[in-house]
Amino acid sequence: MDLSLLPDGGMRWLDASGPKSTIVLSTRIRLARNVRGIPFSQRAKDADRMAVLERVSDAASSSEHLGSAVAFHLDEMDRPERQLLHERHLVSKELAGLERESRPRPGAALLVQDQVGVMVNEEDHLRLHGMWSGFDLEDAYAEVEAVDTELGKLVPFAFHPEFGYLTSCPTNAGTGLRASVLIHLPGLVLTKEINKVLQGLSQVGLTFRGLYGEGSEVVGNFFQLSNQTTLGKTEDELIDHLGKIVRQVIEYEEQARDVLLRTAPEEVEDKTWRAYGLLKHARRMTFEEAMNLLSGVRLGVGLKLLPGPGVYTLNKLLIYTQPAHLAAMDGRSTGDRELPTVRAAFVRRLLEAESS
Amino acid sequence: MLCDNCKERDAIINLTQVEHDSKVTLHLCEQCAQQKGVETGGAVLKTPLGNFLGAVVKGTSTAGALVPASGDGMRCPACGSSLRDFRDSGRLGCDQCYVSFDTHLRDLLRRLHGSSQHVGERYALPGEGNGAEGGGTGDDSRSRLLELKAQLRRAVEGENFELAAELRDRIRVLE
Repeated sequence: MDLSLLPDGGMRWLDASGPKSTIVLSTRIRLARNVRGIPFSQRAKDADRMAVLERVSDAASSSEHLGSAVAFHLDEMDRPERQLLHERHLVSKELAGLERESRPRPGAALLVQDQVGVMVNEEDHLRLHGMWSGFDLEDAYAEVEAVDTELGKLVPFAFHPEFGYLTSCPTNAGTGLRASVLIHLPGLVLTKEINKVLQGLSQVGLTFRGLYGEGSEVVGNFFQLSNQTTLGKTEDELIDHLGKIVRQVIEYEEQARDVLLRTAPEEVEDKTWRAYGLLKHARRMTFEEAMNLLSGVRLGVGLKLLPGPGVYTLNKLLIYTQPAHLAAMDGRSTGDRELPTVRAAFVRRLLEAESS
Repeated sequence: MLCDNCKERDAIINLTQVEHDSKVTLHLCEQCAQQKGVETGGAVLKTPLGNFLGAVVKGTSTAGALVPASGDGMRCPACGSSLRDFRDSGRLGCDQCYVSFDTHLRDLLRRLHGSSQHVGERYALPGEGNGAEGGGTGDDSRSRLLELKAQLRRAVEGENFELAAELRDRIRVLE
């Protein structure tokens, strides 16, 4: 596998060019689709999966949006390479076969072009997705929808006049749309207001997850907020609603940061400088520790308490300090006991190189 | 922190149990948590900045489990999977399952989404013309019909029977 085939490694969203990118890391849109007449993942035989892959690949190659897509066949890739794609948020854990002893299923693939991709043979036959920098729901949706419209003319999708797009799990039926925003909320966590905000989300039909989506943990104060329901509302309504609530959450976060600055300015300043100091000088570091320190520095940068580093640098550190990335860079295995040392050295190097 | 149970792997889950009026908190790794029946599928929070949320998702709760067991024996003629299979796995076997189990699924979809009527983008199969936006008169009347049916369902659910009767008549005309 050659990730360098992907422009920006498939991660243009890291560049912090989007709106509100100090607080919102990225916006992600996902559409679930299935090929009409072929059993869903749960029931599909290997031949069915291969048929899905063939149809999708054929359609993609004759399409404008995926005509020059790079294809990754996960069932032919080694585990560390699959983990790399997962760490870049390009494939789910399930598709990459990273859950415990599992292996990728035959026909499991990823097609990527620019900022959009299709996971093939995931829980649904197709999972179209795109990630955008910052808080940018409209652009992200427009782009993914364009791919959907084009593919839908080439591959017959399973659709029902009442239930909409049919998905393997009824929680995704209807629009098949999951819009999510990866948001950094240290202010709300520190002021202990986060609980209220998260509880409020479920009352307005939204849900939250960790950094890697479903089933993942919340680390580094990053929360992924997304719509819970997919049926009974139009795509625009779902996106508008999420956008409205996220704008509110951003406002709460900004208010919480103001409160922190007003009530405990020295503590906050000390906390962010300590985090920065540790990142710059520590000799061993777990990924979790790195994430939490990066969260502290990100807060300091957002509050202009720290002179640097830039948000792009912080975003890169989030991705490149993950086990598979470090291991690949340093020619090690992901379970290598020296990874914490490698991680700390990498963080020091990057901060040194990119600090103003 | 190491897992309280195996003392080998890192603990990632705080399981708080209330026994005999006293609270016991166990720090468990993923494997041991699962052995103790804790579902780790949800977003499990872990933050050193404060134990602000002891989110532990208890028990398995797939969408399938919300379907009553009464229809367990029903099978989808297209793929052979039963409603029981769906209750167990939370996953349907094929697109035809939505037709085969439509009564059960309609009820489930309403509980999950608050509605079973798709009002989003309409889809036309390749070769069957465009979706709602560019469709001809056939498509227009079809989507109008669907919209009216959705309104009718909402009216009935909201016990607005006067409106429901009016909508029913309009649907009859279109059909």
